[in-house]
Amino acid sequence: MSSSYQVKSTINDPLHLQADVLVLGGGPSGAWAALAAAEDGARVVLADKGYLGTSGATAPSNTGTWCVPPGENRGQAVERRWQRTGGLADQRWMLRCVDQAYENLVKLSEWGYLFPHEDDGQLYIANLRGPDYMRFMRRRVLKAGITVLDHHPALELLSNGDAITGASGVDRQRNRDWSVEAKAVVLATGGCAFHERILGATGLTGDGYLMAAEAGAHLSGMEFTGKYTLAPYETSLNKGLPYRWATFYREDGSPLLDANGEQVSNGIGEREKDIAKALIAGPVFARLDHAEPALQDWLRRGQPNCFVPHDRAGIDPFKDLFRITLRAEGTVRGTGGIMLATADCGTGVPGLYVAGDAASRENMTGAVSGGGAVNSSWAIASGWWSGKGASTHARKSARKAFRSMSKPLGEAGLRPAGNARADLHPAEIMEAVRAEVIPLEKNYFRDGTTLHTSSERLESLWNDVRQHLHAEGVERVRSRETASITASARWSLASALARNESRGMHRRADRPGNDPAFARRILVSGVDAISIGEAQISREGIAS
Amino acid sequence: MIEIVSASRCIECDICVKVCPANVFDAVPDSAPIIARQDDCQTCYLCEIYCPVDALYVAHRAEGHFPITEAEVEERNLFGSYARALGWKRGKAGGTEHDPTHRIRVAAV
Ligand SMILES: Cc1cc2nc3c(=O)[nH]c(=O)nc-3n(C[C@H](O)[C@H](O)[C@H](O)COP(=O)(O)OP(=O)(O)OC[C@H]3O[C@@H](n4cnc5c(N)ncnc54)[C@H](O)[C@@H]3O)c2cc1C
Ligand code: SF4
Ligand code: SF4
Repeated sequence: MSSSYQVKSTINDPLHLQADVLVLGGGPSGAWAALAAAEDGARVVLADKGYLGTSGATAPSNTGTWCVPPGENRGQAVERRWQRTGGLADQRWMLRCVDQAYENLVKLSEWGYLFPHEDDGQLYIANLRGPDYMRFMRRRVLKAGITVLDHHPALELLSNGDAITGASGVDRQRNRDWSVEAKAVVLATGGCAFHERILGATGLTGDGYLMAAEAGAHLSGMEFTGKYTLAPYETSLNKGLPYRWATFYREDGSPLLDANGEQVSNGIGEREKDIAKALIAGPVFARLDHAEPALQDWLRRGQPNCFVPHDRAGIDPFKDLFRITLRAEGTVRGTGGIMLATADCGTGVPGLYVAGDAASRENMTGAVSGGGAVNSSWAIASGWWSGKGASTHARKSARKAFRSMSKPLGEAGLRPAGNARADLHPAEIMEAVRAEVIPLEKNYFRDGTTLHTSSERLESLWNDVRQHLHAEGVERVRSRETASITASARWSLASALARNESRGMHRRADRPGNDPAFARRILVSGVDAISIGEAQISREGIAS
Repeated sequence: MIEIVSASRCIECDICVKVCPANVFDAVPDSAPIIARQDDCQTCYLCEIYCPVDALYVAHRAEGHFPITEAEVEERNLFGSYARALGWKRGKAGGTEHDPTHRIRVAAV
């Protein structure tokens, strides 16, 4: 798969930069983090695996935000949303997130992002069109004097033993190594979608989780990876909204019936389980036949990418049946990620901050998905706080000299513990991992026995990765992604086994129903040896 | 996945090489870029809207190759169709102020 033109076989001279704050990841949370730090006068470098403006889960999508204007209703809105989180969210975080997100959405409008108007003439700021929003953010970041490194995936963090001192990686278009020495690093590398081909997510491989865990950070909520979204069969369009107006059919054209003999319609609510069961049994088809003509027009103009696959396949989804699938989304629309230790999005590792989908979103959305509103507001707010936290940390450590004996922390996929084996192929390992964490019958509907079997397979895959996987040059990006996906799958299964109940998107057939004893967070840490811990949820305040 | 870089339309600006988040294209001196790593394509359609001359076509199938000819894409008026639906023109953004998504969200409740 290596290319014939730009990538030369010789390694070019490495790039070295110094910064106060280094942001890894150029989705919305990374862009907001960079802007927040630059506003404080910090010298900021942002490195993205792809291109700031098109990379990440937001850029190809159309994201609704959780937008609650200030006023008395805010407390109620938070309380109502909290009721749906399986008791695992934290209202203090939810309140400060809606505050900060609202403030920043207003900023966007002041900066000139064109929001639509409602019929009463009010600006509607609760929706951001991905390609436009991220292109706008790129302009803003460049205007703030931030150094942007596109196509510069980070491979590992650097540490002086006391604190994180930067990161290094490879410029994949020039095939040269890079390193940035920084006084603080923000991980905004997004979630892990286990290499599912969904919008924006093939580069979201959990790299940040592995980097954080190698530095000693904890992860939380990694069992909440059972989120799937409907998409036309074999397409990347994992957007559920149009299925609100769908009815569902079997392959022979007969209506799909639920346990009560009623036709399954509205695929984004409780009926999703019926569709999941039917998909395990055989092909399922849909038709958006509950959409009135006015709604059809809004859907086409408001969510145009949902119709791109249909138009190209020559299908009218309002009239014709089309085959569907449920796409796995890992932690992208799940909730797990790096545990937040402080209110400024610190990880507990000095100098290391986290934002957006790279962080656990349990504080915001508990055991249910934050896709569709909460996640994008969280990306804005946590991006902002992490940028502020990182620049404050950088100022405090301003007197400490650079080059304080940094050493790289990366292991799996970069520095095998045993002998490198040429017969190990990243693509094959990824497929083997996917076979355990993608199928509906294993991960949508879970049970202890299956989880155990999958866990054992993953241990053996991890052993191969850790002991023997090795690559050179730009190929290290793939080997590191493979290591990150394998590690993320292991953490997810270990956490799923530890949560001996069902809650939200964690559905254990052998343990149906909530168990009050599990109204707490499952923490996981360690890379080779995994340890499981737990944390109570404070309803009083934010641990700091 | 990305299927077509139209050599007849392409003006060799290499914007797609720069903006593709999955690094699918390679620039070629004095020529249109090539699809160097098709299997890495995430079917996000974003290269299409950034291309100033609608020279790119991404097929709807995300799981592997989907053969289609340039003539068919041309005839069915599919070059640039996603950009037009958004309100982007010649690689320039536009159209967010006309997005009726708020109406969908009200209807969805
Ligand atoms: C189809 C879809 C629709 C969605 N709709 C909604 C919605 O309506 N409402 C809502 O609230 N949420 C929605 N979401 C979720 C929302 O998009 C995410 O929560 C949001 O994008 C998170 O922002 P982020 O910056 O943390 O991560 P991302 O936007 O995913 O960005 C992560 C960035 O990190 C980069 N990166 C990864 N690894 C590395 C590395 N090793 N080195 C350097 N860079 C790296 C990636 O290239 C990427 O640019 C949707 C998600 C999807 C997939
Ligand atoms: S963006 Fe369009 S015009 Fe520019 S090089 Fe790519 S295909 Fe050619
Ligand atoms: S569809 Fe997306 S991933 Fe594929 S070539 Fe175009 S920009 Fe790159």
